[in-house]
Amino acid sequence: MFRLAVTASAVALMALPAMAADPVKIGMVTTLSGPGGYIGEDARDGFKLAIQEEGGNLGGAPVQVLVEDDGLKPGNGKQSAERFLTNDKVKIMTGIIFSNVAEAVVPDVLEAGAFYLSLNAAPSNFSGKGCNKNYFVVSWQNDTLHEAVGANANRLGFKRMFAMAPNYQAGKDAIAGFKRVFKGEVVGEIYNSLDQTDFAAELAQIRAAKPDALYQFEPGGLGITFLKQFAQAGLKDTIPMAVAFPSVDQRILGAVGDAALGLHVSYHWNTDFDNPASKAFVADFEKTYSRVPTTYASQGYDTARLLASALKAVGGDVGKTDAFRAALRKADFVSVRGAFKFGQNQHPIEDWYAGDVVKGADGKPMVKTVAKILTDHVDAYAKDCHL
Amino acid sequence: MNLLLEQLLNGLQFGVMLFLLAAGLTLVFGIMGLINLAHGSLYMIGAYAAAYVGVRTGSFLLAILAGLAAAAATGVAVEMIVLRRLYRRDHLHQVLATFGLILFFNEGMSILFGRQPLFANVPATLAGALTLPGGLRYPVYRLVIMATGAGVAGFLYLLIQHTRIGMLVRAGATHRDMVRALGVNVPLLYTAVFGLGALLAGLAGSMAGPLLSVQIGMGEQILILTFVVIVIGGIGSVRGAVIGALLVGLVDTMVRAFLPGLLRGIMSNASADSVGGGFSSISVYLLMAIVLLWRPRGLFPAHG
Amino acid sequence: MVETREQRAALLGLAVLAILPWAADAIGQGFVITLASRVLINALAAVSLDLILGFGGLVSFGHAAFFGIGGYVVGILAFHAGEGEALFGLVPGTDQALIALPAAVAVASLAALAIGALSLRTSGVHFIMITLAFAQMVYFLFVSLKTYGGDDGLIMSRRDGFPGIDLRDNTVFYYLCLAALAAFLALCDRLVGSRFGMVIRGCRENERRMAALGYATYGYKLTAFAIAGAGAGLAGALLANHDKFASPDMLHWTKSGELMVMVILGGMGTLYGAVLGAFLLIGLESLLAAFTDHWMFVLGPVLILVILFADRGLWGALAGASRDG
Repeated sequence: MFRLAVTASAVALMALPAMAADPVKIGMVTTLSGPGGYIGEDARDGFKLAIQEEGGNLGGAPVQVLVEDDGLKPGNGKQSAERFLTNDKVKIMTGIIFSNVAEAVVPDVLEAGAFYLSLNAAPSNFSGKGCNKNYFVVSWQNDTLHEAVGANANRLGFKRMFAMAPNYQAGKDAIAGFKRVFKGEVVGEIYNSLDQTDFAAELAQIRAAKPDALYQFEPGGLGITFLKQFAQAGLKDTIPMAVAFPSVDQRILGAVGDAALGLHVSYHWNTDFDNPASKAFVADFEKTYSRVPTTYASQGYDTARLLASALKAVGGDVGKTDAFRAALRKADFVSVRGAFKFGQNQHPIEDWYAGDVVKGADGKPMVKTVAKILTDHVDAYAKDCHL
Repeated sequence: MNLLLEQLLNGLQFGVMLFLLAAGLTLVFGIMGLINLAHGSLYMIGAYAAAYVGVRTGSFLLAILAGLAAAAATGVAVEMIVLRRLYRRDHLHQVLATFGLILFFNEGMSILFGRQPLFANVPATLAGALTLPGGLRYPVYRLVIMATGAGVAGFLYLLIQHTRIGMLVRAGATHRDMVRALGVNVPLLYTAVFGLGALLAGLAGSMAGPLLSVQIGMGEQILILTFVVIVIGGIGSVRGAVIGALLVGLVDTMVRAFLPGLLRGIMSNASADSVGGGFSSISVYLLMAIVLLWRPRGLFPAHG
Repeated sequence: MVETREQRAALLGLAVLAILPWAADAIGQGFVITLASRVLINALAAVSLDLILGFGGLVSFGHAAFFGIGGYVVGILAFHAGEGEALFGLVPGTDQALIALPAAVAVASLAALAIGALSLRTSGVHFIMITLAFAQMVYFLFVSLKTYGGDDGLIMSRRDGFPGIDLRDNTVFYYLCLAALAAFLALCDRLVGSRFGMVIRGCRENERRMAALGYATYGYKLTAFAIAGAGAGLAGALLANHDKFASPDMLHWTKSGELMVMVILGGMGTLYGAVLGAFLLIGLESLLAAFTDHWMFVLGPVLILVILFADRGLWGALAGASRDG
């Protein structure tokens, strides 16, 4: 298969009724193909849902979203970003799902003087000393996702755990974050490859180590194959798992079915949240796309809503960069998670919850929230960022 | 001890998968002198057909049959339309034309099924784990794959050593022109051999799908290793394919399983895993390079 | 007569390429310049492959290894310059093109010498397989080196410096690529027309006869292999500078396949055909990609048809027979 730039230039022209203003162009580089493809699709669809709700606008300003697929290849992401920045002259970019692509693309975006709003990937290199005034994260700082798992593992009383993650920056952040909070002993640690399909070797090692529980971070398609093979190897009934939501998102649940029952999940948003914004989002998403939104979709949606609040403050004129930046920092919008605020490094300070995978009313597995495990959690790198 | 046994079984299972692909490829290469890069695409087509039918009908048997049929049909069609014209051409043209086939099939699959993987499930009866003597619990499905491979090897042995067709195959592998001169219907023989190879590739894909995942490009990942297998084993030799496949499967799996652990003493965990992973991939090619320089025709060459 | 027609066509092509940036800016399509640079870089790599493939008959399925090595040398030197720490404690990093580019060429040719020395002991399909094997080894080696990015590739913070000119300007960089391509083409042109070239072409036709005539065929083939490696290394070094990024994709066997496709599409054994092939392939990709995601569905059959029916490629059709008459 060619490794040339697979440009899936789906130029989504969001209709602009008024001829007056030029639409604000937003460049979205995301993963739409391969095992992680549904993640990018969900994030994109969540983002576009917010635009659709406002009839093609965000914050009253007409917007145009240009979408390209990075195929989980940093090189492709770089080329797409270059095209957006030089050819289309976009000033706002978003969309990257995977941290390896983010590390290649975000510096180019910031060097060009544009803004980057992360709806998913937030590697640690950009969270502390490497922070930038034009770089905002709406999802979570990479490590915090896994610090929450550590906190959950403590709550569940696990003492000896085995850790496993893919061998890229987010995977390393994952295990680092987990170890930072987990009070027990990590009896084994494996880094598998991002395009792995057969986990037989790793499963054998996990079995041999006999841990109290397993912590794994295998997002997207990796998660589906891992969970199935874990169950097939007879490990499901002997070793419990404490994971973060990417390892068992709504799509993975649908694909693996009962193999996910009993998993302990931690997250910052779930479909069963009770606040009005969340309920409206879930209903609207299901109506528009005929499927249940994953957490990634909620992150795309929240990013668009944040952008809307900032565009409203500057009257749709991104040229007013200082005012735009200040408006972004203010984060004056209602998130599906409840209240939303940025820390000093422009990453969120948020709550984390724990849930278990149980059989829902319709017999299908679902995640049911059982406890709040962290409140107003600040990431470990914020103090090193001086903006 | 159980860890070692489990990894050995993993290596054997991987080897079996490689054998199913290598058997067809080595016969085609040995008898028709054709390098076929699109063999991996037949594996992929079998996997997609099986996954699609399996999910729609819920029947594993129907899924396998669908995979076999799709791969065989595609193989025969490709042989008659494209490959027939390449037998007389040199290897470079064969490589490039079949490279074009890869592009065509990969993109074709993405048109039919989209760019994201299909996930099929192992049938419920085979989804559990078996407790082996010694206490090790090993997935039933992987054992089934190994049994299937052994069965196929046995069947091929009987076919090639004890039937008339097999005699033609053996003759074609060692003395291609003589077979033609003796008036055998060579085009039909070639199509039949190619069809058999495609069938085996389809079988491998159909069985691999529920275990791994069905995605575009899955053929290329395993294709290169398949070539390594047949080069090590000896082109045209099914016995070579068996030995080569098991060798490659075991070396790859064992190095991948144990090298990172050995490296952890001298470098960080993440580095050990990535260096270990890299070197385990290298180990197979190193093996091939050594074999080629020592025994240029492979371990069990078919040609006299 | 054939030579003159070919050379006229080549000079015409050079003239067109020389005014391309000016023309692109004039019609407001400045982005074309970066795309064209990328084409020229791939053309350089394809020409180097044509040298051994088209003229030498050596079907190397591992040419991407030298391409990638060139890129990584540049990237690694820049990395160490940025870190302030020397490579292996001995070799200081550099961000100067005048050092990094020749270094890339040198390392790539050494690698070609090493790989060629072993591979050329085999022939036929085994040669194809062993060159592939070595290329895969190089690929997995770089994938495993996490310090240099591993699977994700190595990012350079800026292009190398060059005394007197600013390589960060895309137009200036384009002319650098054009100059490199023209220089290498001129070198290869001389080479294949010389006695050395005759021996190489003789080896492709009938190696036994060449050996019987007293030529040390192994030595000649190895030299050609090393020169081809040097050309690919230079191309890789330029690409790393262009993208500010070196990635294992540059080393993958599908990249080798791509280069072979360029050589074939343009016409094997013509040198200039490889340039045309590069334009054709990358141009086709950009053009078709604008219409459909599934352009490779069309490219595959096109390639097959070219292989089956149009063996001389596009250059053969445009500028006359290949150099062997």
